[in-house]
Amino acid sequence: MIASLQPTRSNETMEQTEVAVSSAILRGVSLYSYQNETFQGKMSLEDCIRTSAALGAKGIEIIGEQTFWGWPECGVAQEDVDNWHRLIAKYDCTPVSHDFMLDYKRYKGREMPFDEQVASVKNDIDFGARLGMKFIRALVSIDPAVLVAAADYAQEKGIKILIEVHAPLHFDHPWIIRHAEAFEKSGSDALGFLPDMGMFLFKFPPVWKEKFMRIGVPKAIADYIEKAYEDRVLSEYVILNVAQMGGTGPAIAMAETLRHNAAFEPKRMLDYMPRIHNIHGKFYQMDEDYVEPSIPYDEIVRVLKQGNYQGYICSEYEGNRWIEDAQEPDSVEQVRRQQVMLARLLGESVEPSLNTTVAA
Amino acid sequence: MMDNKMIVEGSLQREDGGFSFLGRLPYYRGLGLSMIEDIIVSVDGEAIPREAIRFCVRGRTYTLDKMETVYDNRWNFGEKARIIALNGGLPAGNHAITFAVRMRVSYLPFVPTTKDTKQLAMAA
Repeated sequence: MIASLQPTRSNETMEQTEVAVSSAILRGVSLYSYQNETFQGKMSLEDCIRTSAALGAKGIEIIGEQTFWGWPECGVAQEDVDNWHRLIAKYDCTPVSHDFMLDYKRYKGREMPFDEQVASVKNDIDFGARLGMKFIRALVSIDPAVLVAAADYAQEKGIKILIEVHAPLHFDHPWIIRHAEAFEKSGSDALGFLPDMGMFLFKFPPVWKEKFMRIGVPKAIADYIEKAYEDRVLSEYVILNVAQMGGTGPAIAMAETLRHNAAFEPKRMLDYMPRIHNIHGKFYQMDEDYVEPSIPYDEIVRVLKQGNYQGYICSEYEGNRWIEDAQEPDSVEQVRRQQVMLARLLGESVEPSLNTTVAA
Repeated sequence: MMDNKMIVEGSLQREDGGFSFLGRLPYYRGLGLSMIEDIIVSVDGEAIPREAIRFCVRGRTYTLDKMETVYDNRWNFGEKARIIALNGGLPAGNHAITFAVRMRVSYLPFVPTTKDTKQLAMAA
C-alpha cells in the first residue's frame, strides 16, 4: 500500500531534505489518549504526565474541559493551575495546547451572539496562558471571523489559535480554504492550523470493521466495504451496493463512514506549513509490531520533514470507543506503541519504554 | 462512547418518593447543564416521566426543565451525578435500569443519545 502512495518527487531530493531537518519534530501526548482510564479515576493527572514523560513524549496537550473540572462555566482554582505547573516542572515537560470547545449552542434554540463567542475565545486564551500553553485548539466548525476577532488578543498573550483540520474536512475543502483566506487577510501570525492525521485514513481501520461485525454486520458485507474503501470507491456507490446486498441498520452505518473519511494525501499539508504549529497523532490501533494499520505514519513523517515542520506530534488515541464494548482499552500500552513508532520514524537512537510504574 | 460506563455499579438506593443511582456523562469532556437536552430513565422496562426525574451534582438538584437554562454549573468529565426518579419507590431486589442522555454538542451535525442498561440491586 505504501509504495503506491509515494510522492512523485525524486528520492534524491527527499533524502537531502530529511538529512537537513530530521531533528525538528518533537513527541508529545494529548491526554485525550488516556480518557478511558481518567474517566474512571484509574489514572490521575500526575499518572498521565509521568507516563508520557517516561516515554520521552514531553509535550503535553489537554482538553481543558476534560483535565480541569469546572472549566469553563465554574472556572478553575489557582491551586489546580499551580498543581499543573508543579507536575509539568517535576517531569520536565512542556505545555503545548489547551483544546477549547466554544459551545456556541449553549442556549437552546438560538446561537451564541458573535461578540459573546469572541469573549468566550478570549476566556480560553486567558486559560491557555495561565497553563503556559503555546497554542489553543479551535474546533473546525467555528466561524473564522470569530477567530480573526480574537487574534490580536491572542498575540498579546503569546498564544496562537489553531483550527483543527479534521476528517471529514481536509486541506482542499472550501471551508478550510475560507479559514486560510481569512487568516491571510488578517495578517496575523496568531492564527494557524492543527491537522488531525485521521484525515489521511488510507485503509479501513480493523477496529472499526470488528466493531461493526459485533453489532451485526454480516462478514461478506464488512469485507466488501473494507475492500471498497481500499479501492477508493465513492461512498454513495458503496452505500447503494450495501443496501442492494441486503444490508440494513449497522451495515448501512458502516458504509456511511465512507462519507466522513477518506484517504487524503499527507502532502496536501505542504502548502500550509507556515501556519501548521501542532499535529494530532490520531490513531485507532497500534499493533504489536508498532504499525498503525490504517494511517500512513511513514509517509506523514516524510512529508512533515520535507515541509520543515518544527513542532510536536501529540499522540491522540481514539481506538478506545471502538473496542470498549468488547474489552477494556489499554491506553497506556497503545500510546507506548505509537511513541515507539514515532521515535523510530524520527530517527531517534533510544527506543521509548516505560521505566516508571503507572498508578496501581 | 463510554456507553457501558454510564451507570455506576452498586449505586441504586432509596430516596423520599423514589429511587436514585449514580450516572456519568457519556463523553470525553464535561458539558454545561444547559446542553443536557434530556435524561431518560426506565426501570424494568417502564419509563419514568421526564417531570419525575431530578439531576443532582455537588449538592445542587435540578429538574430537567430547569437544567435547560443553567449556565453556571456543569456535569464534569467522569463526574458521578445522582439521578433521582420520583416514581413512588422500588421494592428490594434486582432491577433493570436504563439510563439515556441526549446532549446538544455545538460541533456535531447530529444530536447524540447514548444509553446504558444495567442490573442494579436494591437492598432489602
